[in-house]
Amino acid sequence: MKIAVCIKQVPDSWAQKTMGSDGRLDRASVDAVLNDLDEYAIESALKLVEANSPTGEAGEGSEHSITVISMGPERATEALRKALSMGVDDAILISDEALAGSDALATSKVLATAITAGGFDLVICGTESTDARMSVVPAMLAERLSFAQLTFAASISVEGSTVKISRQTEFGVEEMSAQLPAVVSVVEKINEPRYPSFKGIMASKKKPLATKSLAEVGIATGDVGSSAAWSSVKDSLPRPARGAGIKVTDNGDGGSQLAAFLAERKLI
Amino acid sequence: MSEVIILVDSVAGKVSKATAELATFGKRVGSVTAVICSSDSAALLPQLSTMAIDKVITCTGVDFEKHSTGATAAALAEVVKSIKPAAVLIASTARGKEIAGRLAVRCESGIITDAIDLDADLITTQSVFGGSTTVHSSVTHGTPIITIRGNSIEAIVGSSTPSHEDFPVSYDGADKAVVSSLAPAVKGGRPELTEASIIVSGGKGTEGNFAPVESLADALGAAVGASRAATDAGWYPHSFQVGQTGKTVSPQLYIAAGISGAIQHRAGMQTSKTIVAVNKDADAPIFDVADFGVIGDLFAVLPQVTEAVTAKKG
Repeated sequence: MKIAVCIKQVPDSWAQKTMGSDGRLDRASVDAVLNDLDEYAIESALKLVEANSPTGEAGEGSEHSITVISMGPERATEALRKALSMGVDDAILISDEALAGSDALATSKVLATAITAGGFDLVICGTESTDARMSVVPAMLAERLSFAQLTFAASISVEGSTVKISRQTEFGVEEMSAQLPAVVSVVEKINEPRYPSFKGIMASKKKPLATKSLAEVGIATGDVGSSAAWSSVKDSLPRPARGAGIKVTDNGDGGSQLAAFLAERKLI
Repeated sequence: MSEVIILVDSVAGKVSKATAELATFGKRVGSVTAVICSSDSAALLPQLSTMAIDKVITCTGVDFEKHSTGATAAALAEVVKSIKPAAVLIASTARGKEIAGRLAVRCESGIITDAIDLDADLITTQSVFGGSTTVHSSVTHGTPIITIRGNSIEAIVGSSTPSHEDFPVSYDGADKAVVSSLAPAVKGGRPELTEASIIVSGGKGTEGNFAPVESLADALGAAVGASRAATDAGWYPHSFQVGQTGKTVSPQLYIAAGISGAIQHRAGMQTSKTIVAVNKDADAPIFDVADFGVIGDLFAVLPQVTEAVTAKKG
Protein backbone atom coordinates (compact mmCIF):
# COMPACT_ATOMS: atom_id res chain seq x y z
CA MET A 1 0.00 0.00 0.00
CA LYS A 2 1.40 3.34 -1.04
CA ILE A 3 -0.18 6.04 1.07
CA ALA A 4 -0.01 9.76 0.36
CA VAL A 5 -1.02 12.19 3.08
CA CYS A 6 -1.78 15.71 1.87
CA ILE A 7 -0.89 18.38 4.38
CA LYS A 8 -0.81 22.14 4.54
CA GLN A 9 1.14 24.64 6.56
CA VAL A 10 -1.26 27.25 7.92
CA PRO A 11 -1.15 30.29 10.16
CA ASP A 12 -1.40 29.26 13.79
CA SER A 13 -5.12 28.95 14.46
CA TRP A 14 -4.72 30.91 17.70
CA ALA A 15 -3.21 33.86 15.86
CA GLN A 16 -5.17 36.88 14.75
CA LYS A 17 -5.43 36.60 10.98
CA THR A 18 -5.70 39.65 8.74
CA MET A 19 -6.16 40.28 5.05
CA GLY A 20 -3.33 41.78 3.02
CA SER A 21 -3.86 44.60 0.53
CA ASP A 22 -3.86 42.03 -2.29
CA GLY A 23 -7.03 40.42 -0.92
CA ARG A 24 -5.10 37.41 0.34
CA LEU A 25 -4.41 36.19 3.83
CA ASP A 26 -1.35 37.92 5.24
CA ARG A 27 0.79 34.87 5.99
CA ALA A 28 4.07 36.61 6.67
CA SER A 29 3.03 38.22 9.94
CA VAL A 30 1.85 35.08 11.71
CA ASP A 31 3.46 31.89 12.92
CA ALA A 32 3.07 29.00 10.51
CA VAL A 33 2.25 25.54 11.78
CA LEU A 34 1.18 22.17 10.43
CA ASN A 35 -2.62 22.37 9.98
CA ASP A 36 -3.70 20.53 13.12
CA LEU A 37 -6.48 18.67 11.30
CA ASP A 38 -3.80 17.12 9.06
CA GLU A 39 -2.15 15.52 12.07
CA TYR A 40 -5.13 13.16 12.30
CA ALA A 41 -4.55 12.16 8.68
CA ILE A 42 -0.86 11.46 9.37
CA GLU A 43 -1.74 9.44 12.47
CA SER A 44 -4.35 7.46 10.48
CA ALA A 45 -1.74 6.55 7.87
CA LEU A 46 0.75 5.46 10.53
CA LYS A 47 -1.90 3.35 12.30
CA LEU A 48 -3.01 1.71 9.02
CA VAL A 49 0.55 0.68 8.25
CA GLU A 50 1.04 -0.61 11.80
CA ALA A 51 -2.15 -2.68 11.47
CA ASN A 52 -1.26 -4.05 8.04
CA SER A 53 2.44 -4.71 8.38
CA PRO A 54 3.93 -7.70 10.22
CA THR A 55 6.71 -5.55 11.60
CA GLY A 56 4.39 -2.64 12.27
CA GLU A 57 6.66 -0.43 10.26
CA ALA A 58 6.61 1.21 6.91
CA GLY A 59 9.56 2.09 4.73
CA GLU A 60 12.46 -0.06 3.74
CA GLY A 61 11.72 -3.76 3.66
CA SER A 62 8.00 -3.11 4.03
CA GLU A 63 5.40 -3.32 1.30
CA HIS A 64 3.88 -0.13 2.68
CA SER A 65 5.04 3.44 2.51
CA ILE A 66 3.74 6.80 3.61
CA THR A 67 4.60 10.00 1.76
CA VAL A 68 3.48 13.45 2.86
CA ILE A 69 2.77 15.90 0.08
CA SER A 70 2.33 19.62 0.42
CA MET A 71 2.11 22.65 -1.80
CA GLY A 72 3.45 25.85 -0.36
CA PRO A 73 6.38 28.16 0.15
CA GLU A 74 9.83 26.94 1.14
CA ARG A 75 9.09 27.29 4.83
CA ALA A 76 6.39 24.60 4.53
CA THR A 77 9.30 22.14 4.85
CA GLU A 78 8.90 22.69 8.62
CA ALA A 79 5.43 21.15 8.49
CA LEU A 80 6.72 18.28 6.34
CA ARG A 81 9.61 17.68 8.78
CA LYS A 82 7.10 17.40 11.59
CA ALA A 83 5.24 14.71 9.65
CA LEU A 84 8.54 12.91 9.03
CA SER A 85 9.35 13.07 12.73
CA MET A 86 5.99 11.45 13.51
CA GLY A 87 7.09 8.46 11.42
CA VAL A 88 6.24 9.18 7.79
CA ASP A 89 8.83 7.85 5.31
CA ASP A 90 9.38 10.69 2.89
CA ALA A 91 8.06 14.05 1.84
CA ILE A 92 7.38 16.04 -1.31
CA LEU A 93 6.99 19.80 -1.38
CA ILE A 94 5.74 21.44 -4.53
CA SER A 95 7.01 24.96 -4.26
CA ASP A 96 7.07 27.65 -6.88
CA GLU A 97 6.63 31.40 -6.80
CA ALA A 98 3.97 31.04 -9.48
CA LEU A 99 1.78 29.13 -7.02
CA ALA A 100 1.12 32.11 -4.77
CA GLY A 101 -2.58 32.95 -4.67
CA SER A 102 -3.73 29.62 -6.09
CA ASP A 103 -7.37 28.70 -5.49
CA ALA A 104 -8.64 25.31 -4.38
CA LEU A 105 -9.02 24.21 -8.01
CA ALA A 106 -5.35 24.85 -8.74
CA THR A 107 -4.27 23.35 -5.42
CA SER A 108 -6.18 20.15 -6.14
CA LYS A 109 -4.71 20.05 -9.65
CA VAL A 110 -1.15 20.29 -8.35
CA LEU A 111 -1.71 17.70 -5.62
CA ALA A 112 -3.50 15.33 -8.02
CA THR A 113 -0.61 15.58 -10.48
CA ALA A 114 1.90 14.69 -7.76
CA ILE A 115 -0.30 11.82 -6.53
CA THR A 116 -0.61 10.39 -10.04
CA ALA A 117 3.14 10.65 -10.59
CA GLY A 118 3.82 8.85 -7.31
CA GLY A 119 1.46 5.95 -8.08
CA PHE A 120 -0.29 6.13 -4.71
CA ASP A 121 -3.31 3.97 -4.00
CA LEU A 122 -4.58 5.62 -0.84
CA VAL A 123 -4.73 9.36 -0.25
CA ILE A 124 -5.53 10.60 3.25
CA CYS A 125 -6.40 14.22 4.08
CA GLY A 126 -7.71 16.18 7.01
CA THR A 127 -11.24 17.52 6.54
CA GLU A 128 -10.17 21.11 5.96
CA SER A 129 -7.38 23.59 6.50
CA THR A 130 -7.97 25.92 9.41
CA ASP A 131 -7.17 29.01 7.30
CA ALA A 132 -9.39 28.90 4.21
CA ARG A 133 -11.82 26.34 5.65
CA MET A 134 -13.41 25.50 2.30
CA SER A 135 -13.24 21.75 2.88
CA VAL A 136 -13.37 21.00 -0.84
CA VAL A 137 -9.88 19.75 -1.71
CA PRO A 138 -10.44 16.06 -0.75
CA ALA A 139 -13.58 15.92 -2.95
CA MET A 140 -11.79 17.74 -5.77
CA LEU A 141 -8.91 15.25 -5.56
CA ALA A 142 -11.32 12.31 -5.82
CA GLU A 143 -12.95 13.95 -8.83
CA ARG A 144 -9.65 14.70 -10.57
CA LEU A 145 -8.09 11.31 -9.85
CA SER A 146 -11.28 9.27 -10.42
CA PHE A 147 -10.56 7.67 -7.04
CA ALA A 148 -13.32 6.51 -4.72
CA GLN A 149 -14.25 9.24 -2.25
CA LEU A 150 -14.71 8.37 1.43
CA THR A 151 -14.78 11.59 3.38
CA PHE A 152 -15.31 12.55 7.04
CA ALA A 153 -14.15 9.13 8.25
CA ALA A 154 -14.48 8.55 11.98
CA SER A 155 -12.82 5.15 11.57
CA ILE A 156 -10.87 3.54 8.76
CA SER A 157 -9.59 0.08 7.95
CA VAL A 158 -7.96 -1.49 4.92
CA GLU A 159 -8.13 -5.20 4.14
CA GLY A 160 -6.41 -6.24 0.95
CA SER A 161 -7.62 -3.73 -1.60
CA THR A 162 -10.84 -2.81 0.23
CA VAL A 163 -11.01 0.33 2.31
CA LYS A 164 -13.85 0.75 4.78
CA ILE A 165 -14.85 3.76 6.80
CA SER A 166 -17.65 4.79 9.09
CA ARG A 167 -18.83 8.32 9.34
CA GLN A 168 -21.53 10.49 10.83
CA THR A 169 -23.51 12.62 8.39
CA GLU A 170 -26.81 14.44 8.57
CA PHE A 171 -28.37 11.18 7.38
CA GLY A 172 -27.02 9.12 10.26
CA VAL A 173 -24.07 6.80 10.80
CA GLU A 174 -22.92 5.46 7.45
CA GLU A 175 -20.62 2.55 6.72
CA MET A 176 -18.89 3.01 3.38
CA SER A 177 -16.56 0.81 1.43
CA ALA A 178 -14.60 1.02 -1.79
CA GLN A 179 -11.83 -0.62 -3.71
CA LEU A 180 -8.50 1.18 -3.75
CA PRO A 181 -7.48 3.63 -5.05
CA ALA A 182 -9.35 5.97 -2.78
CA VAL A 183 -9.29 9.41 -1.20
CA VAL A 184 -10.20 9.44 2.48
CA SER A 185 -10.59 12.46 4.72
CA VAL A 186 -10.59 11.91 8.47
CA VAL A 187 -12.30 13.82 11.28
CA GLU A 188 -10.50 14.70 14.46
CA LYS A 189 -12.17 12.13 16.66
CA ILE A 190 -10.60 9.31 14.64
CA ASN A 191 -7.46 9.18 16.76
CA GLU A 192 -5.05 10.99 19.03
CA PRO A 193 -2.04 12.10 16.95
CA ARG A 194 1.28 11.06 18.45
CA TYR A 195 3.93 13.51 19.49
CA PRO A 196 7.20 13.14 17.62
CA SER A 197 9.70 11.25 19.78
CA PHE A 198 13.27 12.44 20.18
CA LYS A 199 14.34 9.45 18.08
CA GLY A 200 11.74 10.39 15.48
CA ILE A 201 12.96 13.96 15.34
CA MET A 202 16.59 12.84 14.87
CA ALA A 203 15.59 10.29 12.23
CA SER A 204 13.48 12.83 10.33
CA LYS A 205 16.58 14.85 9.49
CA LYS A 206 17.88 12.02 7.35
CA LYS A 207 14.60 11.22 5.62
CA PRO A 208 14.11 12.25 1.99
CA LEU A 209 12.38 15.56 1.44
CA ALA A 210 12.14 16.52 -2.22
CA THR A 211 11.28 20.06 -3.25
CA LYS A 212 9.87 20.25 -6.76
CA SER A 213 9.10 23.19 -8.99
CA LEU A 214 6.02 23.34 -11.19
CA ALA A 215 8.15 22.47 -14.21
CA GLU A 216 9.39 19.36 -12.41
CA VAL A 217 5.85 18.13 -11.73
CA GLY A 218 4.77 19.10 -15.24
CA ILE A 219 2.32 21.93 -14.66
CA ALA A 220 2.38 25.18 -16.62
CA THR A 221 2.86 28.25 -14.43
CA GLY A 222 -0.05 29.93 -16.20
CA ASP A 223 -2.46 27.26 -14.88
CA VAL A 224 -1.98 28.21 -11.23
CA GLY A 225 -1.50 31.18 -8.95
CA SER A 226 -3.57 34.28 -8.44
CA SER A 227 -3.81 35.18 -12.13
CA ALA A 228 -5.35 31.78 -12.89
CA ALA A 229 -7.70 31.77 -9.89
CA TRP A 230 -11.33 31.44 -10.93
CA SER A 231 -12.67 33.63 -8.19
CA SER A 232 -11.45 36.96 -7.00
CA VAL A 233 -11.77 39.06 -3.88
CA LYS A 234 -13.25 42.49 -4.57
CA ASP A 235 -12.68 43.94 -1.14
CA SER A 236 -12.29 42.93 2.46
CA LEU A 237 -12.99 44.80 5.63
CA PRO A 238 -12.32 44.01 9.23
CA ARG A 239 -15.71 43.27 10.75
CA PRO A 240 -16.58 45.95 13.24
CA ALA A 241 -15.77 44.51 16.65
CA ARG A 242 -18.91 43.46 18.42
CA GLY A 243 -19.55 46.27 20.82
CA ALA A 244 -18.79 45.16 24.33
CA GLY A 245 -22.29 44.36 25.46
CA ILE A 246 -23.96 44.52 28.80
CA LYS A 247 -22.25 42.44 31.48
CA VAL A 248 -23.86 41.76 34.82
CA THR A 249 -22.78 39.75 37.82
CA ASP A 250 -25.33 37.27 39.06
CA ASN A 251 -26.52 38.24 42.50
CA GLY A 252 -29.46 35.92 42.45
CA ASP A 253 -31.35 37.63 39.65
CA GLY A 254 -28.89 37.19 36.75
CA GLY A 255 -31.27 34.82 34.98
CA SER A 256 -34.16 37.26 35.31
CA GLN A 257 -32.03 40.10 33.96
CA LEU A 258 -31.04 37.90 31.04
CA ALA A 259 -34.68 37.02 30.36
CA ALA A 260 -35.59 40.71 30.47
CA PHE A 261 -32.85 41.44 27.91
CA LEU A 262 -34.19 38.72 25.61
CA ALA A 263 -37.73 40.06 25.98
CA GLU A 264 -36.55 43.58 25.18
CA ARG A 265 -34.90 42.26 22.01
CA LYS A 266 -38.14 40.41 21.23
CA LEU A 267 -36.25 37.13 21.23
CA ILE A 268 -38.71 35.56 23.65
CA MET B 1 -33.86 36.46 -17.97
CA SER B 2 -31.06 34.67 -16.16
CA GLU B 3 -31.72 31.22 -14.80
CA VAL B 4 -30.19 30.07 -11.53
CA ILE B 5 -29.93 26.44 -10.47
CA ILE B 6 -30.35 25.49 -6.85
CA LEU B 7 -29.68 21.99 -5.55
CA VAL B 8 -32.51 20.74 -3.35
CA ASP B 9 -31.10 19.84 0.06
CA SER B 10 -33.02 17.25 2.02
CA VAL B 11 -32.69 14.76 4.85
CA ALA B 12 -34.90 11.68 5.14
CA GLY B 13 -37.49 12.87 2.66
CA LYS B 14 -37.78 16.36 4.10
CA VAL B 15 -36.65 19.41 2.15
CA SER B 16 -34.44 21.58 4.36
CA LYS B 17 -35.05 25.20 5.20
CA ALA B 18 -31.74 25.93 3.44
CA THR B 19 -33.41 25.06 0.12
CA ALA B 20 -36.00 27.82 0.54
CA GLU B 21 -33.17 30.21 1.41
CA LEU B 22 -31.22 29.25 -1.73
CA ALA B 23 -34.36 29.89 -3.80
CA THR B 24 -34.75 33.30 -2.19
CA PHE B 25 -31.17 34.23 -3.07
CA GLY B 26 -31.65 32.81 -6.57
CA LYS B 27 -34.64 35.09 -7.14
CA ARG B 28 -32.35 38.10 -6.78
CA VAL B 29 -30.54 36.94 -9.89
CA GLY B 30 -33.26 35.49 -12.08
CA SER B 31 -35.64 32.57 -12.42
CA VAL B 32 -34.99 29.64 -10.10
CA THR B 33 -34.68 26.04 -11.23
CA ALA B 34 -34.49 23.52 -8.41
CA VAL B 35 -32.68 20.26 -9.11
CA ILE B 36 -33.56 17.14 -7.15
CA CYS B 37 -30.90 14.42 -6.89
CA SER B 38 -32.53 12.04 -4.47
CA SER B 39 -34.45 8.78 -4.53
CA ASP B 40 -37.07 10.55 -2.38
CA SER B 41 -37.98 12.87 -5.26
CA ALA B 42 -41.70 12.03 -5.15
CA ALA B 43 -41.85 13.11 -1.50
CA LEU B 44 -39.69 16.19 -2.06
CA LEU B 45 -41.48 17.64 -5.06
CA PRO B 46 -44.71 18.83 -3.36
CA GLN B 47 -42.68 20.48 -0.57
CA LEU B 48 -41.06 22.81 -3.12
CA SER B 49 -44.37 24.51 -3.95
CA THR B 50 -44.08 26.77 -0.89
CA MET B 51 -40.75 28.15 -2.15
CA ALA B 52 -39.67 30.75 -4.69
CA ILE B 53 -39.08 28.16 -7.39
CA ASP B 54 -40.08 28.42 -11.08
CA LYS B 55 -39.05 25.03 -12.39
CA VAL B 56 -38.08 21.67 -10.91
CA ILE B 57 -35.79 19.16 -12.58
CA THR B 58 -35.62 15.67 -11.13
CA CYS B 59 -32.51 13.72 -12.03
CA THR B 60 -33.45 10.10 -12.52
CA GLY B 61 -31.67 6.81 -13.10
CA VAL B 62 -29.09 6.91 -10.29
CA ASP B 63 -29.31 5.72 -6.68
CA PHE B 64 -27.91 8.93 -5.22
CA GLU B 65 -28.10 7.83 -1.59
CA LYS B 66 -25.92 4.81 -2.26
CA HIS B 67 -23.02 6.74 -3.72
CA SER B 68 -20.84 9.49 -2.44
CA THR B 69 -21.23 13.05 -3.63
CA GLY B 70 -19.60 12.15 -6.96
CA ALA B 71 -22.90 10.89 -8.38
CA THR B 72 -24.75 14.08 -7.48
CA ALA B 73 -21.96 16.27 -8.86
CA ALA B 74 -21.97 14.27 -12.11
CA ALA B 75 -25.75 14.63 -12.49
CA LEU B 76 -25.65 18.32 -11.69
CA ALA B 77 -22.87 18.82 -14.23
CA GLU B 78 -25.12 17.30 -16.91
CA VAL B 79 -27.90 19.72 -15.98
CA VAL B 80 -25.49 22.65 -16.04
CA LYS B 81 -24.25 21.66 -19.49
CA SER B 82 -27.80 21.38 -20.73
CA ILE B 83 -29.32 24.62 -19.43
CA LYS B 84 -26.23 26.84 -18.98
CA PRO B 85 -27.43 28.68 -15.87
CA ALA B 86 -26.09 32.00 -14.60
CA ALA B 87 -25.03 30.29 -11.37
CA VAL B 88 -25.43 27.18 -9.24
CA LEU B 89 -26.37 27.66 -5.59
CA ILE B 90 -25.84 24.85 -3.09
CA ALA B 91 -26.33 24.68 0.68
CA SER B 92 -23.07 25.13 2.56
CA THR B 93 -23.18 21.81 4.38
CA ALA B 94 -20.30 19.32 4.43
CA ARG B 95 -22.08 17.38 1.69
CA GLY B 96 -23.06 20.49 -0.25
CA LYS B 97 -19.48 21.76 -0.30
CA GLU B 98 -18.18 18.43 -1.59
CA ILE B 99 -20.73 18.43 -4.38
CA ALA B 100 -19.80 22.02 -5.22
CA GLY B 101 -16.08 21.18 -5.25
CA ARG B 102 -16.55 18.25 -7.59
CA LEU B 103 -18.93 20.21 -9.79
CA ALA B 104 -16.38 23.03 -10.08
CA VAL B 105 -13.80 20.55 -11.36
CA ARG B 106 -16.27 18.95 -13.77
CA CYS B 107 -17.58 22.25 -15.16
CA GLU B 108 -14.20 24.04 -15.04
CA SER B 109 -15.82 26.76 -13.00
CA GLY B 110 -14.84 28.95 -10.11
CA ILE B 111 -16.24 28.19 -6.67
CA ILE B 112 -17.01 30.25 -3.58
CA THR B 113 -18.04 28.50 -0.37
CA ASP B 114 -19.74 29.65 2.82
CA ALA B 115 -21.28 32.82 1.42
CA ILE B 116 -23.59 34.63 3.82
CA ASP B 117 -25.01 36.97 1.19
CA LEU B 118 -25.35 37.15 -2.58
CA ASP B 119 -26.42 40.12 -4.68
CA ALA B 120 -28.07 40.34 -8.10
CA ASP B 121 -24.64 40.59 -9.77
CA LEU B 122 -23.52 37.35 -8.09
CA ILE B 123 -21.13 39.12 -5.74
CA THR B 124 -20.84 37.12 -2.55
CA THR B 125 -20.23 38.18 1.02
CA GLN B 126 -18.24 35.85 3.25
CA SER B 127 -17.27 36.13 6.88
CA VAL B 128 -13.74 34.76 7.32
CA PHE B 129 -11.03 34.35 9.94
CA GLY B 130 -13.47 33.41 12.64
CA GLY B 131 -15.84 36.20 11.73
CA SER B 132 -13.25 38.96 12.10
CA THR B 133 -13.19 39.92 8.41
CA THR B 134 -15.90 40.43 5.80
CA VAL B 135 -14.95 39.64 2.20
CA HIS B 136 -16.74 40.38 -1.07
CA SER B 137 -15.83 38.11 -3.97
CA SER B 138 -17.01 36.89 -7.31
CA VAL B 139 -16.39 33.96 -9.59
CA THR B 140 -14.49 34.99 -12.69
CA HIS B 141 -14.49 31.82 -14.78
CA GLY B 142 -17.18 29.41 -15.94
CA THR B 143 -20.53 29.00 -14.19
CA PRO B 144 -20.30 30.50 -10.69
CA ILE B 145 -20.74 27.72 -8.13
CA ILE B 146 -21.62 29.20 -4.79
CA THR B 147 -22.43 27.54 -1.49
CA ILE B 148 -24.48 29.58 0.96
CA ARG B 149 -24.68 29.11 4.71
CA GLY B 150 -28.01 28.39 6.32
CA ASN B 151 -29.90 31.14 8.13
CA SER B 152 -28.33 33.84 5.95
CA ILE B 153 -31.66 35.18 4.70
CA GLU B 154 -35.34 35.15 5.60
CA ALA B 155 -36.78 32.77 3.00
CA ILE B 156 -39.67 33.89 0.80
CA VAL B 157 -42.65 31.71 1.59
CA GLY B 158 -45.63 31.55 -0.70
CA SER B 159 -47.23 29.15 -3.04
CA SER B 160 -46.15 28.40 -6.55
CA THR B 161 -46.74 25.76 -9.16
CA PRO B 162 -43.34 25.17 -10.65
CA SER B 163 -43.16 23.28 -13.92
CA HIS B 164 -41.51 19.90 -13.60
CA GLU B 165 -39.43 17.66 -15.80
CA ASP B 166 -37.42 14.49 -15.40
CA PHE B 167 -33.80 14.54 -16.47
CA PRO B 168 -32.28 11.10 -17.01
CA VAL B 169 -28.66 10.84 -15.90
CA SER B 170 -26.17 8.02 -15.53
CA TYR B 171 -23.21 7.53 -13.24
CA ASP B 172 -20.18 5.54 -14.22
CA GLY B 173 -18.86 5.41 -10.67
CA ALA B 174 -20.83 2.31 -9.66
CA ASP B 175 -17.60 0.57 -8.70
CA LYS B 176 -16.52 3.45 -6.48
CA ALA B 177 -17.41 4.22 -2.87
CA VAL B 178 -20.68 2.69 -1.79
CA VAL B 179 -22.69 3.24 1.37
CA SER B 180 -23.14 -0.29 2.65
CA SER B 181 -25.22 0.48 5.72
CA LEU B 182 -26.93 3.44 7.29
CA ALA B 183 -28.18 3.77 10.84
CA PRO B 184 -30.50 6.76 10.50
CA ALA B 185 -29.87 9.64 12.84
CA VAL B 186 -32.15 9.51 15.85
CA LYS B 187 -34.52 12.41 15.37
CA GLY B 188 -34.96 14.36 18.54
CA GLY B 189 -37.72 16.86 18.96
CA ARG B 190 -35.24 19.72 18.56
CA PRO B 191 -34.47 21.65 15.39
CA GLU B 192 -31.33 20.99 13.36
CA LEU B 193 -28.32 22.88 14.68
CA THR B 194 -27.56 24.60 11.39
CA GLU B 195 -31.20 25.57 10.78
CA ALA B 196 -32.21 26.63 14.27
CA SER B 197 -33.00 30.27 14.92
CA ILE B 198 -32.01 29.85 18.57
CA ILE B 199 -29.17 27.70 19.90
CA VAL B 200 -28.26 27.01 23.51
CA SER B 201 -24.74 25.59 23.82
CA GLY B 202 -22.97 24.05 26.78
CA GLY B 203 -19.27 23.78 27.48
CA LYS B 204 -16.81 22.81 30.14
CA GLY B 205 -18.84 24.67 32.76
CA THR B 206 -21.64 22.10 32.51
CA GLU B 207 -19.25 19.55 34.00
CA GLY B 208 -21.07 16.97 31.92
CA ASN B 209 -24.58 17.87 33.07
CA PHE B 210 -26.43 19.23 30.05
CA ALA B 211 -29.84 19.14 31.76
CA PRO B 212 -30.12 22.91 32.35
CA VAL B 213 -28.91 23.57 28.78
CA GLU B 214 -31.49 21.17 27.33
CA SER B 215 -34.30 22.51 29.51
CA LEU B 216 -33.67 26.06 28.37
CA ALA B 217 -33.36 24.92 24.75
CA ASP B 218 -36.71 23.13 24.96
CA ALA B 219 -38.40 26.13 26.56
CA LEU B 220 -37.10 28.29 23.69
CA GLY B 221 -37.74 25.72 20.95
CA ALA B 222 -34.00 25.87 20.35
CA ALA B 223 -31.31 23.47 19.21
CA VAL B 224 -28.61 22.28 21.61
CA GLY B 225 -24.96 22.80 20.77
CA ALA B 226 -21.72 21.99 22.54
CA SER B 227 -18.17 23.25 22.67
CA ARG B 228 -15.29 21.03 21.68
CA ALA B 229 -14.31 20.68 25.34
CA ALA B 230 -17.72 19.17 26.03
CA THR B 231 -17.74 16.84 23.03
CA ASP B 232 -14.15 15.73 23.57
CA ALA B 233 -15.04 14.88 27.17
CA GLY B 234 -17.81 12.67 25.79
CA TRP B 235 -20.53 14.74 27.46
CA TYR B 236 -22.34 15.43 24.21
CA PRO B 237 -22.13 13.84 20.73
CA HIS B 238 -19.57 15.29 18.33
CA SER B 239 -22.29 16.01 15.79
CA PHE B 240 -23.48 18.83 18.07
CA GLN B 241 -20.11 20.56 18.21
CA VAL B 242 -20.07 24.22 17.27
CA GLY B 243 -16.76 25.73 16.25
CA GLN B 244 -13.90 25.72 13.83
CA THR B 245 -13.85 21.95 13.50
CA GLY B 246 -17.56 21.48 14.12
CA LYS B 247 -20.61 23.20 12.75
CA THR B 248 -20.69 26.85 11.81
CA VAL B 249 -23.94 28.40 12.94
CA SER B 250 -25.51 31.80 12.58
CA PRO B 251 -28.78 31.85 14.53
CA GLN B 252 -30.83 34.84 15.66
CA LEU B 253 -29.84 34.05 19.24
CA TYR B 254 -26.87 32.07 20.53
CA ILE B 255 -26.67 31.32 24.23
CA ALA B 256 -23.25 30.09 25.39
CA ALA B 257 -23.40 28.47 28.81
CA GLY B 258 -20.16 27.57 30.54
CA ILE B 259 -18.18 28.13 27.35
CA SER B 260 -15.01 30.16 27.69
CA GLY B 261 -15.09 31.20 24.03
CA ALA B 262 -11.75 30.11 22.63
CA ILE B 263 -11.14 31.51 19.15
CA GLN B 264 -11.98 28.09 17.65
CA HIS B 265 -15.43 28.17 19.22
CA ARG B 266 -16.05 31.78 18.31
CA ALA B 267 -15.18 30.95 14.70
CA GLY B 268 -18.28 28.77 14.60
CA MET B 269 -20.80 31.18 16.12
CA GLN B 270 -19.49 34.72 15.86
CA THR B 271 -21.90 35.74 13.11
CA SER B 272 -24.92 34.96 15.30
CA LYS B 273 -27.22 37.98 15.43
CA THR B 274 -27.42 38.17 19.22
CA ILE B 275 -24.96 36.43 21.54
CA VAL B 276 -25.58 35.79 25.21
CA ALA B 277 -23.04 34.27 27.57
CA VAL B 278 -23.20 32.81 31.04
CA ASN B 279 -19.87 32.04 32.64
CA LYS B 280 -18.38 31.96 36.11
CA ASP B 281 -15.12 33.46 34.87
CA ALA B 282 -15.49 37.22 34.44
CA ASP B 283 -12.46 37.24 32.14
CA ALA B 284 -13.75 34.54 29.77
CA PRO B 285 -13.19 35.70 26.16
CA ILE B 286 -16.79 34.81 25.29
CA PHE B 287 -17.82 38.05 27.02
CA ASP B 288 -15.87 40.01 24.37
CA VAL B 289 -18.41 39.00 21.74
CA ALA B 290 -21.51 38.78 23.94
CA ASP B 291 -24.32 41.31 23.66
CA PHE B 292 -25.39 40.30 27.13
CA GLY B 293 -23.20 38.47 29.62
CA VAL B 294 -23.97 37.10 33.04
CA ILE B 295 -21.04 36.38 35.31
CA GLY B 296 -22.42 33.53 37.30
CA ASP B 297 -23.09 29.83 37.68
CA LEU B 298 -25.06 28.41 34.77
CA PHE B 299 -26.76 25.98 37.15
CA ALA B 300 -28.34 28.97 38.91
CA VAL B 301 -28.82 31.32 35.95
CA LEU B 302 -30.17 28.98 33.25
CA PRO B 303 -33.09 27.56 35.28
CA GLN B 304 -34.14 31.10 36.13
CA VAL B 305 -34.19 31.99 32.42
CA THR B 306 -36.10 28.79 31.62
CA GLU B 307 -38.67 29.69 34.27
CA ALA B 308 -39.06 33.22 32.89
CA VAL B 309 -39.44 31.93 29.33
CA THR B 310 -42.01 29.35 30.38
CA ALA B 311 -43.92 31.96 32.39
CA LYS B 312 -43.94 34.34 29.45
CA LYS B 313 -45.33 31.67 27.17
CA GLY B 314 -48.10 31.17 29.74
